[in-house]
Parts: sequence; structure tokens; C-alpha cells
Amino acid sequence: MTRVGVVTFPGTLDDRDAARAVRLAGAEPVSLWHADADLHGVDAVVLPGGFSYGDYLRAGAISRFAPVMGEIVEAAGKGLPVLGICNGFQVLTEAHLLPGSMIKNDHLHFVCREQVLSVENADTAWTRDYSAGQHITVPLKNQDGQYVADEATLDELEGEGRVVFRYVGWNPNGSRRNIAGISNAAGNVVGLMPHPEHAVEAGFGPDGADGPRTGTDGLGFFTSVLHSLVG
Amino acid sequence: MGRVVVDVMPKPEILDPQGKAVAGALPRLGFGQFASVRQGKRFELEVDGPVTDEILAAARAAGEQVLSNPVIEDVVAVYEDVEQGAAL
Repeated sequence: MTRVGVVTFPGTLDDRDAARAVRLAGAEPVSLWHADADLHGVDAVVLPGGFSYGDYLRAGAISRFAPVMGEIVEAAGKGLPVLGICNGFQVLTEAHLLPGSMIKNDHLHFVCREQVLSVENADTAWTRDYSAGQHITVPLKNQDGQYVADEATLDELEGEGRVVFRYVGWNPNGSRRNIAGISNAAGNVVGLMPHPEHAVEAGFGPDGADGPRTGTDGLGFFTSVLHSLVG
Repeated sequence: MGRVVVDVMPKPEILDPQGKAVAGALPRLGFGQFASVRQGKRFELEVDGPVTDEILAAARAAGEQVLSNPVIEDVVAVYEDVEQGAAL
């Protein structure tokens, strides 16, 4: 069975939901501990959301130096699929696996809502079960969610198709060019602020076409990586 | 004992939402003379011995590699805190 690691840092909140999403997609979740420099042979890794190290210094800045991160950076360079959600996305930018950074939301408030995203790139390891241009609805909850990078970096991301998700309808945090998620050049590392792992099971997700809390649009992330791994 | 101060500020081209919020609050408290506010961070790094050129260089390196994120912030000053250092 495909094994997907889920990292827990001090202050991580969404590791159990991420592990549940992995299981619902048909893979085996494997808990990875921040202080353990060992990936235990997993086939992919999820860095979940939360407030690792209380967001001290900068969101994700201290987690970047955790022993497990050295292994993840090295394996990501060799093609290991890595997904960073919310705080996990912030960790990936601090670890220089993804460009740019996140600053405080432009309106200064914590935001928690069901957010529509458009899938801009359906060719990454984590989005291949979607179609390009597809709209999905997943929860969004953050304080430091405003994606920023210099214009040259943004142009490069756009030109190479590395803008993977954009906010639709409302830009909830002032992110440059409505960017909600990006990938590295190879497409195996993806990071986004919204939370697909909270929209994987009817009864617990956002409102969907079939009624309240029926939305499972986030499950595609986790089935995508399974299909990427088995070819 | 010595102490080195590292000052980190958001880059000028990056909107500073915290500074903006503070700037909005100042006039409400009667401070109408300030046109804008930018909020940064001050780090105080203490060493057991004197602050040498090597210590200052190391503090600058730490400032650029860890204490700031060059995408959004600049290290604007690295200096020995002479008064505080002597009092320690």
C-alpha cells in the first residue's frame, strides 16, 4: 500500500485530519515526527496546517530547521511528492522549496470560510485528478495568508504554469495575483493556503451540490498523489 | 558580556499591514502628527565575551539567514549595544 507521511511539529493542528484524508483516499498515513530525521520510507509527505512553534519569528521559520525537514528537502529534490497546506506552505517557502512568502492578511483579520478555488494546473503530483479550470470549494482559515513575491518571480511562476490554484470570487487575504497555491518547477512540491484535508468526507466538509456539508472537493489532492505514484 | 542588536524591517515595497493598523490608531489617541508607521523587529543577541568584528559578522549572517526572510524583510542595522552590554 502507498504510504504517505504526515509531519507533526510542535503546534501543528491538522495532522490528524490530513492523516484521515490520506486514509480515505486509499493510502496508509504514516506519522512523521519533527525531531526524527527519518522519513521511514514513505512515498509522499504532507506538511499540515497549524501554528508550528506558535508562528514565532515568522510563520514556518523555526520548523524549517527541524531535523525531519533536512530529509524532506533532500527527498523533494529527488522527486518525492510533498504537499504543504497553510502552515505547511509557509514551512515550504521558508525552506526554499517554493518561492515567495506569506505576510499578514491585508485586512488584518483571521479569516475562516468556504473558499472557491480554480485549479490552474492539473498536471502536478497533487492535482492530476482535477481538470484545468475546474472550480473546487474547500475551507480556508488563516491569519498570515497574503502570498507575496517580487514581480519577476510572479512572472516566472505564471510563465511556467506554476500557479496551481487561484482564489475565485474574493481574494481573502490580498495575495498577489489571487494566488492560492503554487508548485516547484518539477511539479512534485505543491503548497497552498486553503485546506483540502477538511473537505474529504460527506458530513464534515463545506456545503456541496448535494446539501449542507456534503462537499468533498479536497479528496482529489490525495487520490492524485496515489495515481501519480502508481503511474 | 556584550550585546549585539539586529534590526529587521519589512521591505519598503512590501505593504506592512501591522504598521498600517498602528498608523490608524495613533490619531485616535491624539497623535495626529505621524503620516505613516512601519513596524519591524529588534533582536538582542548576547555573548559571554566582548563584541568583536567576528561576532558582529556572525550576527549579520544570522540576521540574514535566520532572523529575517529576504523575500519580505531587510536587515537594516547590526551594532553593539554599548550601554546595555556594559551594564550586564
